[in-house]
Amino acid sequence: MKQSGNILFSGVGGQGILLASELTAYAQLQAGFDVKKSEVHGMAQRGGSVEAHLRYGERIYSPLIEPGTADILVAFEILEAVRYLPYLHKDSAVVVNTQKILPPAVAQGQMEYPDNILEELTARSINVVAVDAFAVAKEVGELRTANVAMVGAMSNFLSVAPQVFLDVIDSKVKPAFREVNKQAFEAGRKLVYN
Amino acid sequence: MAFDENDNKLWLSGNEAIALGAWEAGVKVASGYPGTPSTEIMGNLVKYDGVYGEWAPNEKVGLEVAIGASFAGVRSFATMKHVGLNVAADPLFTAAYTGGRGGLVVLTADDPQMHSSQNEQDNRNYAFAAKMPMLEPSDPAEAKAMMRTAFELSEQLDTPVLFRITTRVAHVKGVVEKGEPVAGAEAGLEKMPAKFVMLPGNARMRRIEMEKRMAAARELAETLAENRTEEGAGPRGFICAGTSYNYVKEAFPEAPVLKLGMVWPLPEQMIRDFAASVDELVIVEELDPFLETHIKAMGIDCHGKDMIPNQGELNSFLVRKSVEPDSVGELFAPLDLPMRPPNMCAGCPHRGIFYGLSKMKDVFVSGDIGCYTLGFLPPLSAMDSCVCMGASVTIAHGMTKALGKEGEGKVVAVLGDSTFMHSGMTGLLNAVYNESYATVIILDNRITAMTGHQQNPASGKNIKGEPANAINLEKLCESLGVPRVVVVDPHAINATRKVLKEEIASPEPSVIISRAPCALLPEVVKAKNPPCSTNLENCTGCRVCVGLGCPAISWHPLTAEQAVERGYKEKQKGYAMITEVQCNGCGQCAELCKFDAIGKRGEN
Repeated sequence: MKQSGNILFSGVGGQGILLASELTAYAQLQAGFDVKKSEVHGMAQRGGSVEAHLRYGERIYSPLIEPGTADILVAFEILEAVRYLPYLHKDSAVVVNTQKILPPAVAQGQMEYPDNILEELTARSINVVAVDAFAVAKEVGELRTANVAMVGAMSNFLSVAPQVFLDVIDSKVKPAFREVNKQAFEAGRKLVYN
Repeated sequence: MAFDENDNKLWLSGNEAIALGAWEAGVKVASGYPGTPSTEIMGNLVKYDGVYGEWAPNEKVGLEVAIGASFAGVRSFATMKHVGLNVAADPLFTAAYTGGRGGLVVLTADDPQMHSSQNEQDNRNYAFAAKMPMLEPSDPAEAKAMMRTAFELSEQLDTPVLFRITTRVAHVKGVVEKGEPVAGAEAGLEKMPAKFVMLPGNARMRRIEMEKRMAAARELAETLAENRTEEGAGPRGFICAGTSYNYVKEAFPEAPVLKLGMVWPLPEQMIRDFAASVDELVIVEELDPFLETHIKAMGIDCHGKDMIPNQGELNSFLVRKSVEPDSVGELFAPLDLPMRPPNMCAGCPHRGIFYGLSKMKDVFVSGDIGCYTLGFLPPLSAMDSCVCMGASVTIAHGMTKALGKEGEGKVVAVLGDSTFMHSGMTGLLNAVYNESYATVIILDNRITAMTGHQQNPASGKNIKGEPANAINLEKLCESLGVPRVVVVDPHAINATRKVLKEEIASPEPSVIISRAPCALLPEVVKAKNPPCSTNLENCTGCRVCVGLGCPAISWHPLTAEQAVERGYKEKQKGYAMITEVQCNGCGQCAELCKFDAIGKRGEN
């Protein structure tokens, strides 16, 4: 079992990054790790880029991931995956949702959304796993579970047993949404074979 | 050793931990004004039984409420962001003279890096200037534990205690252990005029007490458990506090460290002993050389800001790189990508006002602090200044006095309902009294939105969401003597533009109350306003709707060939489309569209 690690979550305000990072944190706590997580509230939430840093290990001091040390990047949007390149190292795994959300300058026609931008990561031999979390969420019948599908896909890169995540969903998600979130987690997990 | 919540372990943010710590310390009365990164403390504290908590209209009011509760004998607590302490500085400096009866803790949440602030002032300087002890935790667990120490120190030394956190404590989650709450003293009236009435004669006596107390605090700092030396190996030792401690422990895990939990006054003997035990001393601190300056004043040679940046946040990488520049490896360089700045939400009522203002290019828009500061960003680009809470009104008034006739019809102030309650209304009073021609626009979205939906005196609910007395903004402005008060619905974008023109042109002071609830308020979300949709065949590519800068509207460029293929004129450069799942149906774009290309779903 890996004794420590850094997981970076990135995306756009409103994509459910907070819940995804919370579930992951609880799973790591259940596995017996010390965990710290850092996020930024306030102005950053208004449709801007959002990030959450999660670090686990025997004893964690700093809540911030150092550049060049993110073991896993869970990106909820394509541009928001590539934006965090300086945080990655050559053995990082990037789980990226293939959704595109246009930044203001693109939506207003002043810039273009770069094509095939994930190639910037693969060209540096970074392991990129692109998943369509929205499709998973549609399949299980609740669009708001795309974030948990992402957690499912990401869980393949952790030593924590999937059952731990399912138990965490049971204890942390409102009863009405438990089953559908567990389905999203399992479907997301099946998207990746590593 | 899996994490078990039944085992008194909790997974809490720094702010949640501080609320728990305050409750466990027996706090009875708490008051604050919302401000990132401090806001969640009050929101969580009022969930505990036996605590009275409230949102005050501003930080000065909040601190004075807490001082009052302390005078009545109970432990009391005031919370605010760093710039809020500037507002509360007046009572702070004199409360340092009076002390209290019940313990009084004043929390300041600083924001290095300015994640959500207009400056990154280092409020440790207040502890020095106001002559009071300051504690600073490094993480949520320490924050909880230190709350109790803060109240005990406050009572032991008869002084308010400052409690400083930063964004990376407030909004960091970590494991916290629950403790046994103490009951805390009960309230009771007791008159102590020599201590509480700060006439010069009394104040001079208290001034002497203050020096005695700080001497006692310096003494106490030497043995306080929160100040500790952690032994290590190597010639280099570090002195640090707060989040900087975490970064030092990650960057130099083997090095000896003097960790200060009390950052003012300093444990001088402890520092001298530590300095003598190492060959090279490095002070690692974010922002100002606060510890460094005072340690150097003790005659101790050390490194500090000659190595460590004095701006922005630190992290373990920066600390390592600053101290040992050759120790860090190559990183992947960042790519040049379209930025994703924050933006006003789809359906935001503020957009209607800023759209109107963006069309009045010769008008100076004096802005203020809130979501609406985003009116500065393109494509609206309709804000010309923003300094501090409430300053929109006063700066606009000052401009009118400087400009005279020249500025008539060209100066407008824009601020939110909560900001107006905070410190905008005294400025408005001044504008009336001293005969301004500035127009003041109050963006009344029925909530303090920027910090995550806190109630305020105009919203009709208290901190717990229970019904409360609501200030009537129209009547308030009228009673302040404003001759012209107009209410508009900012989503009615054409009517709003007309009112803007009339009122800004008026030579008298006038107030426009722009009233529509925040699009993210639960009752607005629940009402499920039907989204707007685009009739693409009618779109002429005029880009008027794109000019609103709404995140639900996107522009799709076309080549001449593609335009013809879609049945458009060859010269049409593209078309605009609404992403319905993002649209909140405010209808501003539909009203602007002259070609019937946008309508409510089901109506077009």
